[in-house]
Amino acid sequence: MATYDFVFSGLGLEDWCNKNGTGRAEPVSMADLMAQSSGKETPPPSLWDIPFPSMDVLHKACEAFPKSRALTKGLEQGFLDIKDSLSLVLDPLTQPLSWALNGTLWLFQETPWWLMIPVLLGVVILVSRSTRLMAFVALSFALLGFIDYYDYAIQTLAVIFVCAFLCVLMGVPIGIALSRSDALQRTAIPVLDMLQTLPPFVYLIPLIFLFSVTEPKLYGIAIILYAIVPVVRLTDLGIRLVDKDVIEAADAFGMTNRQKLYKVQIPLALPNIMAGVNQTIMMSLAMVVIASLVSAPGLGVLVLRGIRNLELGVGLVSGLGIVLLAVILDRTTKLALARINAAQRD
Amino acid sequence: MKRKTKIAIRNLYKIFGPDPDNALAALKLSGLNKSDLMEQTGHVLGLEDINIDIEANKITVVMGLSGSGKSTLIRHINRLIDPTAGEIIFGEHNIVKCSQQELRRIRREEMAMVFQKFSLLPHKTVAENAALPLEIRGLSDKEYMPEVEKWLERVGLQGFGGHHPHQLSGGMQQRVGIARALTSNAEVMLMDEAFSALDPLIRTDMQDLLLQLQEDLHKTIVFITHDLDEALKLADYLVILKDGKVIQQDEPQTILLEPNDPYIIDFISDINRARVLRVRTVMEDVPEDTEVSFSGAVDHEDTLESVIAMSGGDTSKTYLVKDGSKEVGILHMTQLVKSLVPTEASEQDIRSSMR
Repeated sequence: MATYDFVFSGLGLEDWCNKNGTGRAEPVSMADLMAQSSGKETPPPSLWDIPFPSMDVLHKACEAFPKSRALTKGLEQGFLDIKDSLSLVLDPLTQPLSWALNGTLWLFQETPWWLMIPVLLGVVILVSRSTRLMAFVALSFALLGFIDYYDYAIQTLAVIFVCAFLCVLMGVPIGIALSRSDALQRTAIPVLDMLQTLPPFVYLIPLIFLFSVTEPKLYGIAIILYAIVPVVRLTDLGIRLVDKDVIEAADAFGMTNRQKLYKVQIPLALPNIMAGVNQTIMMSLAMVVIASLVSAPGLGVLVLRGIRNLELGVGLVSGLGIVLLAVILDRTTKLALARINAAQRD
Repeated sequence: MKRKTKIAIRNLYKIFGPDPDNALAALKLSGLNKSDLMEQTGHVLGLEDINIDIEANKITVVMGLSGSGKSTLIRHINRLIDPTAGEIIFGEHNIVKCSQQELRRIRREEMAMVFQKFSLLPHKTVAENAALPLEIRGLSDKEYMPEVEKWLERVGLQGFGGHHPHQLSGGMQQRVGIARALTSNAEVMLMDEAFSALDPLIRTDMQDLLLQLQEDLHKTIVFITHDLDEALKLADYLVILKDGKVIQQDEPQTILLEPNDPYIIDFISDINRARVLRVRTVMEDVPEDTEVSFSGAVDHEDTLESVIAMSGGDTSKTYLVKDGSKEVGILHMTQLVKSLVPTEASEQDIRSSMR
């Protein structure tokens, strides 16, 4: 006897429900057993206790009706079924990502510190034109080196370098495409929303099925999927916000679409695009820590060790290292952005 | 003198809305006006049956209040807006029908445009902005720099080539806009409320600059404005637009003396007529018996204002009117003063006859 028996009897589906034989094949619940042993029927449930007609509840009334467990199980099975053909396509496609990550990690780690740090300082001064920031970067790396965290920090930096670069490389053209087609934008926005709100751990699960955990592309893809959203969004927004009057002038002087894109739209959207790049870099940094769960090297590994072994000191110090990296990356890109803004203040 | 038409606008219609073709058919069939069309079909009538001959090497001013469709009209000339029906004949081309490539060539080489809000590229310097039309054609900066410097100097911006637009005042920014239109070396210049965003003193400066340039360059200029003073100052030919329709087009003086619509009368009622009217429109033929003694000679293109200044306000004087060395008429000061009487009285007649 179950609450929703009447649904199936009402629809005349009793035969379908009982086609697997009459007896209960499923294990009996404790409550049922108790009721049986005490020799009493379970009292009819009061109105208060009517359960929501969920899959599990309906299953009680009709054995042929699937339990909710079957849904998740089915999803998993479905994914496993297409997994082989999917990875057959995706594996070669994403292989360059593995090479890029391995190559860059190798390059960043093999370069001796006395070469690497000046190069980084050079990049910082070139992009930001700020000696104060350069001094801060020098100090930060000196500190990280002194406490033997230099290797981890440089690994994190290498991963971010590759992933953020690829995000910009793919994100800007996608953003431009979205800015040109309203239909494309309407379809893409829910996808972007989902990528941005899906808990980062959830990315990792299907990726683990698809790729081997030892491959760098696994965390590379996870980071790129998570971090590409802002640069796409802000490129789209930036190009759409370009002054209509200026576009009209470009048309009036006979610019081709390509000329308009390179001479007007991208330069005028640059402040927004750079804001997107800044966000993308910060989000890669956030994800690189989580991605250490799937063998991403760097400071995230130490954070993970701090949690796993309850090594408070290691966790705190590596967390501080991540903060330092975040500040450096953020300030550098923000100063570059400020320079662009100053150049085209209207 | 025969007028040489540079651009001929023929039966031009523009209707904004989801289905302009059907709305146009309804419009032609039943003769709806702007508000009827809006009410019955939900379409906005932008332009209705526009016919204008734009004369070569002259300034044609299109005047109308906001919403009269004047900015829409000028954007049809280089097809920034596609018309619903009609033709725009430019040389041997029909701009409405020509291909994208042809249109682009015309925009690059034959028609330049100056905008109300300047529309300069903020990330480029003044010189780079002025060079834009040549850069679009694929010239290198070595090739276009002499040309750019020449025109920047011509509009009074020598030495500002390296500045960015935001470092300049509004008037100077619009000078860059004009230099940009001039570097393209286009025969036709379209000016969309080019001076409306500037304050009055600078606006006068810019009008003078434009007239000076026009004296040397003889471009075919289409100038849009909502300011009658500006229109009368610049126009060789004046087109008055109201609710998307041309209500009168003629020489400015003719419009001033023979307005054919109460709307225009309202417009011209507080205008300084002496500044617009010219001697030739109020002079009389030279009489047979020349016993009149002349106080002096004036040119037939002089404005009445300058004659008044010359006479010192003495209405008893009479002047001989000359066209070059030829005597073409005489001008009594009394006649002149009569022509300055505002059309108030006649205005009433026209108004009542129109009702």
